[in-house]
Formats: sequence, C-alpha cells, structure tokens
Amino acid sequence: MAQPGNIELLTPDTRAEIDDWIAKYPSDQQQSAVMAALRIAQEQNEGYLTDALIGAIAAYLDMPTVAVYEVATFYSMYELNPVGRHKLSICTNISCMLRGSDEVVEHLEKRLGIKLGESTADGKFTLKEVECLGACVNAPMLQLGREYIENLTPETLDRLLDTLE
Amino acid sequence: MVDIEINGVTIKAEEGAMVIEAADIAGITIPRFCYHKKLSIAANCRMCLVEVEKVGKPVPACATPVTGGMKVYTRSPKAIAAQRSVMEFLLINHPLDCPICDQGGECDLQEMAMGFGNDVSRYNEGKRVVRDRNIGPLIATDMTRCIHCTRCVRFGQEIAGMMELGAPGRGEHMRITTYLEDAVESELSGNVIDLCPVGALTSKPYRYTARPWELTAHHSVSPHDCVGANLRVDTRAHRVMRVVPRENEEVNETWLADRDRFSYTALYDKDRAMAPLIKRDGQWQETDWDTALTFAADGLKRIIARDGAANLGALAADWSTTEELYLLQKLMRKLGSSHIDHRVRQQDFSDQDAMPSFPWLGQSIASLGSLDAALLVGSNVRHEQPLLGQRLRQAALKGAKVSLINPMDYDFHFPVGEKLIDTPAGMLGQLAAVVSAAAEQKGATVEGLDALVTVDIEDRHRAIARSLIEAKNGTVLLGNISAYHPAAGALRQLGVQLADLSDVRIGFLAEGGNSVGAWLAGALPHRGTAGSEVDSGKDWRAMFESGLGGYLLLGLEPERDCIDPALATRALDAAEFVVALSAYDSPAMREYADAILPIALYLETSGTYVNGEGRWQSFAGCANPPGEARPAWKLLRVLGNLLDTEGFGYMGSDEVLAEVQGACRDVRPDNGRAWQAPTLGPAPTGIVRTTDFPIYAVDPMVRRAAPLQDTPLAGAAAVHACAETLADAGLSSAGRVRVSRGDSRTELPIVADERVPPGSVYIASGKRGSELLGGAFESIELTQA
Repeated sequence: MAQPGNIELLTPDTRAEIDDWIAKYPSDQQQSAVMAALRIAQEQNEGYLTDALIGAIAAYLDMPTVAVYEVATFYSMYELNPVGRHKLSICTNISCMLRGSDEVVEHLEKRLGIKLGESTADGKFTLKEVECLGACVNAPMLQLGREYIENLTPETLDRLLDTLE
Repeated sequence: MVDIEINGVTIKAEEGAMVIEAADIAGITIPRFCYHKKLSIAANCRMCLVEVEKVGKPVPACATPVTGGMKVYTRSPKAIAAQRSVMEFLLINHPLDCPICDQGGECDLQEMAMGFGNDVSRYNEGKRVVRDRNIGPLIATDMTRCIHCTRCVRFGQEIAGMMELGAPGRGEHMRITTYLEDAVESELSGNVIDLCPVGALTSKPYRYTARPWELTAHHSVSPHDCVGANLRVDTRAHRVMRVVPRENEEVNETWLADRDRFSYTALYDKDRAMAPLIKRDGQWQETDWDTALTFAADGLKRIIARDGAANLGALAADWSTTEELYLLQKLMRKLGSSHIDHRVRQQDFSDQDAMPSFPWLGQSIASLGSLDAALLVGSNVRHEQPLLGQRLRQAALKGAKVSLINPMDYDFHFPVGEKLIDTPAGMLGQLAAVVSAAAEQKGATVEGLDALVTVDIEDRHRAIARSLIEAKNGTVLLGNISAYHPAAGALRQLGVQLADLSDVRIGFLAEGGNSVGAWLAGALPHRGTAGSEVDSGKDWRAMFESGLGGYLLLGLEPERDCIDPALATRALDAAEFVVALSAYDSPAMREYADAILPIALYLETSGTYVNGEGRWQSFAGCANPPGEARPAWKLLRVLGNLLDTEGFGYMGSDEVLAEVQGACRDVRPDNGRAWQAPTLGPAPTGIVRTTDFPIYAVDPMVRRAAPLQDTPLAGAAAVHACAETLADAGLSSAGRVRVSRGDSRTELPIVADERVPPGSVYIASGKRGSELLGGAFESIELTQA
C-alpha cells in the first residue's frame, strides 16, 4: 500500500486553484476535480507530474493513489517525465498529414536535432506527436502551451522558434 | 416480475434484472468474463453479446435490463457471430501459453475458446507484452495474459474497500497493476485469484505445484475465526495443495479471507511434530505411540494418586473441534477435575454465571449486511473476522451508521459514524456515557450507572444512542478486545443494557473458530456440556496462579496464545507433568512439556465447528496427517481408556458428535441479562498496554503460514505510542525500549503511531517478541534502551 501522499508538496497557490475546482462540484464529490488538479500540479512542476505529486493529489482529494495514477496515465496531456520549457505538440492526424505535417515534423527534428518524443539537451524544447486537436481547418498545426499555431510552414516554424526563450 | 423469452423459452424475471441474471437463474448459459454476480457491472469484455429482437446490434446481456415481452437469442447466428468475433479479439494479445499456465484446465478463457474460438489465429502481427510486477507473497502475476475484465479492480473498490489494483494506461497500453510496485495489503486480497478468469492472477504458494485435473476436492471449514468460512480443499496424493472458497451465501458468500485461504501452507511446516516425544530423565526422545500414551497416562495417574484429580487442569484451544473439546472435558470430569478452560485470552470471569449458554452473534451472519445501525465495542473486526468486516462494510455503504468504541484508532474500510477512541479503562466510561445518553433519550433511569460515566456526555455519545434507538435493524456488537478486557464483564453488562434500552440486538463476536463449540461442549470450568450444572472448577488464571501439578494442553501454545504468556510459562515450567497434544513441536514447548503428542490439524481430521451464529458445520479429513500425527479425538479416546474411565468406546468421531449434539438439542442462546451495576476495581495507573491478537498471529497454524508471514500485515511485535505518550515517558520516537511488568521484561522497537490514544501503548499479543510479556490492558513500565 502506498504511503499516504504529502499534500505539502502542493504549493498554497496550487491548492487554492484546486479548491476553486473542488467548489464547482457537489461537496462529497471532490474527486471530480482530479483532472484539473493534475493539470494544475503539472504546471506547478515545470510541466510534468512526479509520483510524489500524484500521491499528494490523491491525499488532497481523498482518492486511492492508483485511481489518480489511472487518470494521469490515460490522458496524453499529462506528462510523467520531465519535458522542455516549450512543449511542441504536433498533430500528425489525417488532415494535418494531408496538408504536410510530415514536413513540419522533419523540419523540427532537423532543426532541434531530436526525434519526436524527445527533449533537447538544454531542456528548452520537447517534440511530441499528438492526435487531432480539432483545428483541421488550418492544418497543419501544433500546440504550444495553451496556444494553437496553425498553417505551419518551415518559415513560420523558424520564426516561431526564434521568438521562444 | 416480467415475462421474457430466451431462446424461445418463456421465463419470469425480476424487473430491473439484467438479461444475464435472468438467464443464469433459468440455467441458460451465456459466456462472460467481466460479469460477476457480486461485483458491479462493467460490460467491458463484450463476451456476453446476445441478440435481442427489434434491436439492431447485439447487446451485452450483463448490461441490458429485462423488459416485458423481450425476446432474447443467445445462440442465434447473429449472437454467435458476435461472440466469436469478441473471442477472436480477446485472443489477439493473449499469449496462449496454456501449457505453462497455472490456470490451464480451469480457465474461463480456455473453456470459452473451445466453444467460440477459431482453430487458427488470423493474427500475424506482434503480440503485446506486459511486464510483471511483484505484488506480494500471495498473488503471482502474469499480466500478459490479462484480458482487462477489471474484476480484480472492482473487487478492491467494492468488496475489499481498498483500491490497490488499478488499470493505468489506455487502449493497448492499459494494464492492471498496483501503484509503484506496491504489495497488496488487503486481508481479502486472495479473492482476486478466484475472480481472475484467466491466468493473470494466480496463487503464488500453489504455483507450479499441481494441475487441476490431478486434484481431489474435499469440503472443510475454516478454523481461524468465528465465520466458519466454507472451504473446498484440493488434495493430491493425500496432501493439501490449495484451499479455495466453497460458496455459501449465508456464511462466506463467494469469498475467503487470506488467512483461510493460505493457512494450509502451515500443514507442512518444519515445526510439525512428526512422532510422539517424551521427556525421560530430562532428555527428549522420540518413541512409539504405545510408549508415549502409557507414559502420559502414567504421569497423570501419578499426580491423581498423590494429590487428587483437583491438582490436574486442562486447557484447550478454541480452534479445536467440538468433538475434541467434548472428549477433553469428559475425560477431565470423569477423572474428577473440573479445571477445564478454553478462554485463555479472557481475563474477567466475574460474570461467567450470567453468560448465555453460549455467547453468540445474536443474529445471522447474513443479516449483518442489512443493518442500519451498529455499535462495535472493542473490535478490529476487519482483522479479527475479515468476512464479518466485509458484511458490515456492505451495510455501511448502504447507509448504515456503524460507530466504534475502541482502544486504538484501527483502520476501517468503510465510512464510520462516530468514533470514540480511548484508553482501555476509558472505553468503559465512553460506553457508559452512550448508555446514559440512551437512557436519557428513552426517559429511563439505570441504577448505579452514573458512577461509571467518567467522561462528559457529548453529542457524539448522544448521536450513537440516537442511531441505535432509531434503527429498525440495529445491533451492539462486542468484539474480541472487549472479551480480552480486564473489565469485560462490565463491558458486557453495559452493552446488553444499551441494546435493551435502544431495543436492538446484542451480539458477541466469538474469539476463535470454535469458541461457540467449546461453550457447548463444556470446555469450561463452571459449566458442563450444553450449559449443564457442574461442580465449578478453576478458570485458566486460577489454575496458573494456584500452581497445579499437572496439565493437559490441547492444540494450544500458551507462550503465544495465552493473554498472559509470562504467567502461563511460569506456571507450566513449575508444573510436575505437562502433556501437550500439539501439532507443532517448539523449543518453548520442550521447556515446559513432558510429553508432546503430535495431533492432526483441522484439514487432517474429521470434526465439527460451531460458528459465531451457532451454525454446526461438520467436515471430514481431507489429507493424511504427516508422520505419526493422529487426530486428537483418537488420542483422547485412548487416554480415556488408559486412565480407566468409562464411556470412551467410540468407533468414530460421528459418535462423539451425536453425543454432543444430542445434549445440545434444546440449547437456545440468549445474550441478554438483567441489569446489575458492575463494580470496578481501581483503574490502572501510569502507561497502560493495549493489545490484540493480530490477524496473522491468532493461532499456531497462521503463525507458521510462511506466505502470510511475508505480507505487510505480519511482522514482529513493537511498542506503538503517540507522540504525546512518548514525550511524557521521555522516550524518543525511534530505537528500542525496555518494557517491564513485574518480573517479566522484554525489549522491543518503538513505533510512533498516532492511532494509540495518549496514556497507552499498543503491543500486539501472539507475535514474535511478545512471548515474555504479560499484563494486557494493565500498567507497564517503559524505559529507553
């Protein structure tokens, strides 16, 4: 049995933000906030979740740790390993593929010297292949943080990368 | 009830029932993997797809409710095509390693594949492989074989109350696992072995030892707690290979506690006494039965001849069979001694004459699941009677308010109503406060009660009283810790009074597997068989304190099983002649015994257990006892004859049973008693030791069951105390501490544990390290080592 998680690992800000989400659900159903809680904890920890954070959320929401782990592993937007400061999530699904996502991937891989699913050694970039994000109208596209970048070409990609710190 | 038609046959089905339930009742087989009648419906294996008229696609029978006039076809071309397709999908990633799989021969997937699978797979791609995890000493994993039915996950969530197994990942990456390689800890975990329809979760101790078709099935009954769980015992060449549950809705449903399932491993422990042993001139020697039994009988005769039979005492384990207990007391009483006892964990016999003919549960086991309020006094029911704990959990999940008065904040796997945690002495005050609150709410007065109420009556006490008074189906249950308590009589008196005032049932959770049988058989100093009147003898403590010359021990290891091992060891060491009928031979026993007569354990002898609800369950022997070991009833019969007593001419244990059962025919238990204000001795001062017999330390078998001893619930004894107690006593929160009481002393590790209330420490009984300690619920001295 897992040791009870340590909720002190969640910063006061994180906890306050999770509390906002808990308040949206009936009082005995705080576990409904688990997806938001995982996202908030992930943001607190440079974009990825650790076992200790998963335990902390389980303790905070009074859930079995393995149930929180199920959620964290089900959704691809939760990261369980360290990621770069900028996570480029490139759609390679059918619409983007038809509109040239292969070239987008190739260009990024070449420029950053990493493969899909890898991070640059300086911890700046991570490339991630994702399924359809629902922006087919302006394919090919990628997601950076909370933004969608659309109608990608090698030139726009270069401009984008140049602006990122 | 509605009428539906399955395969052209009209059947009646409960409204709201699922098609698969209706079909099961009608005896129509629908294939399934994820559906289980005791678990919630997941409908994720899709094996039970059936055709329903006017419904376009096949529907899962486990998740489709019946409606009047529905026409279901389970064997139509459409249904069979769907079932065959599902089977093909399930087999895509299945390794088909049946020849090396323990489940082979009793595997649902294998059987269904015979019915619905293709001879040749069309799947040429690579199969998925899942890394195995070590989830503890009881359950072996081969997760590549898993078909994701999630029965094991639902079992943890719904029945065991601990979600230890989960299904992380998604799609092809989904797998069943514990979090971070944790060992499963639930006391009911072994049930997932039975639930798993494939060979993904199998029994670790049984692994690679037998094939199902080599096994012979026998029926037996578990001796480890008062549930009397029904067992199917599989043997090969007269050796027990494994134990699995036998379904009995009224007793254990389809479940077993891990203790019931894995204790058989202790049958073949290295400590098993294989031949009769006698001590001649201070030397132990193996001998034959004639010599050993004559030696034992002569020793006992010598004591009787010199000091009279009153200098002879007998102590029996409450997991002995009713027949054995009956013969033991018959032998003693024929010899002229009434010093017989099995209550070696109880300390207060002041009210023994007010006890019912046998202290029982007060209700059926099955009815616990439909309680709407309960108060548990001094009980860690989850570990003491795991399957009763499971029943109470079902009641609590349905909304029953289950409250507690305990000397330690035990973990419960269900929502608890009010929780009153106090020192052992404080428990009395807390219970008295609840009784007082109940009296107040009923406008009754209870004479002499106020003196017992040592705490302020708070809302918590009133809430418990109210929940019981308002209950339609409520109960007060006194657990094992109440029975061990030095003021057990007062607790019983208060418990009965509370039940009377609030008009609910009063129940006693019997301590051992056959405590009820021991009361009925008359293995007691103050009562004979079926509660008959006898010349009163000495209880175990009086025997030990008065220093009898000879003892007959049946199945007991007093150095572990007695609540005061220090006193027991001292008295037995001082005794002139001790005959131990014991399945195990231990160095401690060789210290005090003069003859060790090896006996059969419960799976090796015929007998009867009477469970906590008064149910008589007889069983035959399943396997041969090892070496020269013999059933204890046969040894007692021979001893009876050698000691020239009459009435020991039994041909079989069934004759003994007929004699006890005949005597007990008219026994009707009544846990009630008239109110009589209990008088209490002075409360202990200083730090008090709270104790219990932990789940894997209750009896000699469980203590030797290696797989159970490797679980996180086992382990050696330690001193558990909260930070406040440690600070007051000037102890650090780690390291070791010297524990002493009177002449007995020992040294144990310290564990900081906030579950123990201030002013007390918890030291388990029956565990390694606690042998030399006495003083359960009494003051003890602690000094930093």
